[in-house]
Amino acid sequence: MKRKPILAAAITLVLAGALASCADGGDANEGGGSEATNCTNTIPKKDLPVVTMWAWYPNMELVIDNFNEQSDEVQVCWTNAGQGGDEYDKFQTAITAGTGAPDVIMIEADRIPTFQVQEAIVDIAEFGYEDVKDDYSEGAWKDVSVGEGVYGVPVDGGPMGMIYRKDIFEQYGITPPTTWAEYEAAAQKVKDAGGPLFGDLGANTPAVMMALQYQNGAEPFVYDSASPENIGITLNDDASKEVLDYWGGLVEKGLVGTQDQFTPEYIAGVIGGDYATYISAAWAPGYLTGAGVGEGEDAGVWATAPLPQWDAANPTFVNWGGSAFSVTSQASDPELAAKAAFGVYADEASLTDGWQNQVIFPLNLNALNAPEFVDYEVPFFGGQQANKEVYVPAANEYTGMTYTPFGAFYFDAFNEQLASVNDGSITGSEAADRLQEAVVSYAEEQGFTVE
Amino acid sequence: MTVDTAAQPDVAAPRRHHRRRRVNKQNRVGWAFVAPFAIVFIALLVLPLFYALYLSLFQTRLIGGTNFVLFDNYIKAFTDENFLDGIWFVIAFSAVLIPLQMIVSLGVALILDAVVTRFARFSRLMIFLPYAIPAVIGALMWGFLYSKSFGPMAEIFGAFGMAGPDFLSRELIFFGLLNIVTWQWAGYYMIIIYAALQGIDPTLYEAARIDGASGWQINLRIKIPLIAPALVLILVFALIGTLQFFNEPQILRYLASGAIPSDFTPNMYAYQQAFALANYNYGSAISFALGAVVFVCVYIFMFITRKRGSFLA
Repeated sequence: MKRKPILAAAITLVLAGALASCADGGDANEGGGSEATNCTNTIPKKDLPVVTMWAWYPNMELVIDNFNEQSDEVQVCWTNAGQGGDEYDKFQTAITAGTGAPDVIMIEADRIPTFQVQEAIVDIAEFGYEDVKDDYSEGAWKDVSVGEGVYGVPVDGGPMGMIYRKDIFEQYGITPPTTWAEYEAAAQKVKDAGGPLFGDLGANTPAVMMALQYQNGAEPFVYDSASPENIGITLNDDASKEVLDYWGGLVEKGLVGTQDQFTPEYIAGVIGGDYATYISAAWAPGYLTGAGVGEGEDAGVWATAPLPQWDAANPTFVNWGGSAFSVTSQASDPELAAKAAFGVYADEASLTDGWQNQVIFPLNLNALNAPEFVDYEVPFFGGQQANKEVYVPAANEYTGMTYTPFGAFYFDAFNEQLASVNDGSITGSEAADRLQEAVVSYAEEQGFTVE
Repeated sequence: MTVDTAAQPDVAAPRRHHRRRRVNKQNRVGWAFVAPFAIVFIALLVLPLFYALYLSLFQTRLIGGTNFVLFDNYIKAFTDENFLDGIWFVIAFSAVLIPLQMIVSLGVALILDAVVTRFARFSRLMIFLPYAIPAVIGALMWGFLYSKSFGPMAEIFGAFGMAGPDFLSRELIFFGLLNIVTWQWAGYYMIIIYAALQGIDPTLYEAARIDGASGWQINLRIKIPLIAPALVLILVFALIGTLQFFNEPQILRYLASGAIPSDFTPNMYAYQQAFALANYNYGSAISFALGAVVFVCVYIFMFITRKRGSFLA
């Protein structure tokens, strides 16, 4: 669904969650799902085989009930093992231990190669991929694939757009910028008039920078599961540097903030009108609503527009976040597990509940192209038809990205460099060079041949 | 004479035998009492320790699998900038934190020892209270107190038209953490010192006063020398605790925009290596390397204070 949004929405919850899920992790040690005694849900059809699953979508309970009710072959036993990093850390431990992982696991697209390279998740191309292939776009499949292998069933995506405050735009007489040059000009105009920051460069959202680099034509990683020992790493080409220098420049000129996103501090700023725009994905309204944005003093002021472009004549659309269901290599019956992975969150009732409550942005084309979804007047955006105007076109134009098999390291290293850009100690170009150096040396240390 | 020597063993033998049997029985009962602890101790402490040591001798790579590398991980750790930076940070942090904590806790304990009112008892409890709050909650709470936009500090400075200091920024995070840890532990150390002070025979003070000693002199010449072992104990606790610094920075990471990288302290670095990067081998090696550093630091410290630090002698 989302990167780390809710995770930090309320830090107290993060901790409560982390502590609670520690307990869950211990309990959920079900050795490949042969026994399913610790489900959060109740299993209605007790004579059917059971598949265990870890996932953290907020409406998971309903989704699982929908699936179990409809399935005559398999039942799902679901556990929430924490969001994002928390779940991955547990999964990582289970991989190393060789036991304790569920049969099916929810993974964000950018982490799929990380687990694929460790052979912790299996290729599901032969387990019913052909039947549902046409239900998803090419870009959606590319995000969950490594080379020819398909390692996940896409559920939700994060086509990016520019969320902005109508009241601030009106007050300073600006229209939504369509290019990054216009974005900077508008930011300068607002600043000169004594207005708020125009946006934010959070050091904790390297995935956004990666997406924006992609938008500018960079291709950070070339990786194919057919030759897993070879990897292409290009993090400091001109396109990447241009993006980082651009954002570093915005920071230096005081046009955008440097607050980490998904923190209470940032949300307080968003609610208080400290930021005119939020460059984010289609799931953002759900996240912001959950964090208390759009109620009270900032109610009815939000709208969205397409992501600004480098070259308005050749628009490129990118993605932030989005996750999938993968079958783990510890699954006792991968074929059965794949049935669950393909089936869960694919029925109309679950998908509709997901997008109406702004929990997910569906990638299933049946939902994505359904008139009621496309024409939906999103309450958060004051009834704007955000899907039709911004997100559905962006999702349809999206062609997919190639992620790295060491996502955890790459994002950590990127964080550190962005933090240095934010405190002004290095430029964007320097950050790109340092990142390239760090990631290449890590890759070599891990046994990859860097091309 | 001959009768005696012959007879004595006869008399003594059964008695000695009896005693030995009783000792054996006592031993067995003793072991039974120790067993629950011993089992847990071995299963959860000794075995994992050896397992970690074993792990640290291997290298697992994403490509190429696992190889036995003997001490390569240790060599790597002691040449790894990230690890060494973390070590220097915790040493620098200890160098500032420990004296500060000692002065605060000793000062408070001496005051509370001298003042005998109901308010003193209340103060004692209040100063101890932060220790009763879990470190995680304490760190979170301070994270909010430090907040630029809704913390009390921002309001106080705001009232004078100034921007408050950002204790969650790269420049000031050192002091931000210093404050949190002192707040958390000073009360606990104060209680230890206070207990030691209570153990001093009050007639000493009386004698000193008759000899014309002032309050300061009593503090410096009687109280502090007599509680030196407690002070050394606290120092060792604080030193070990600080070198293993983990909870507070780990929690504040989510609030401090980029000021706390994942390799901020050696323990955090080990955690990152093991659980985020799946590099259990290097994570174990870092842990042992850190253990070695702690051992060396504590040993040096004990050597310096060997005359007074009688509690470990």
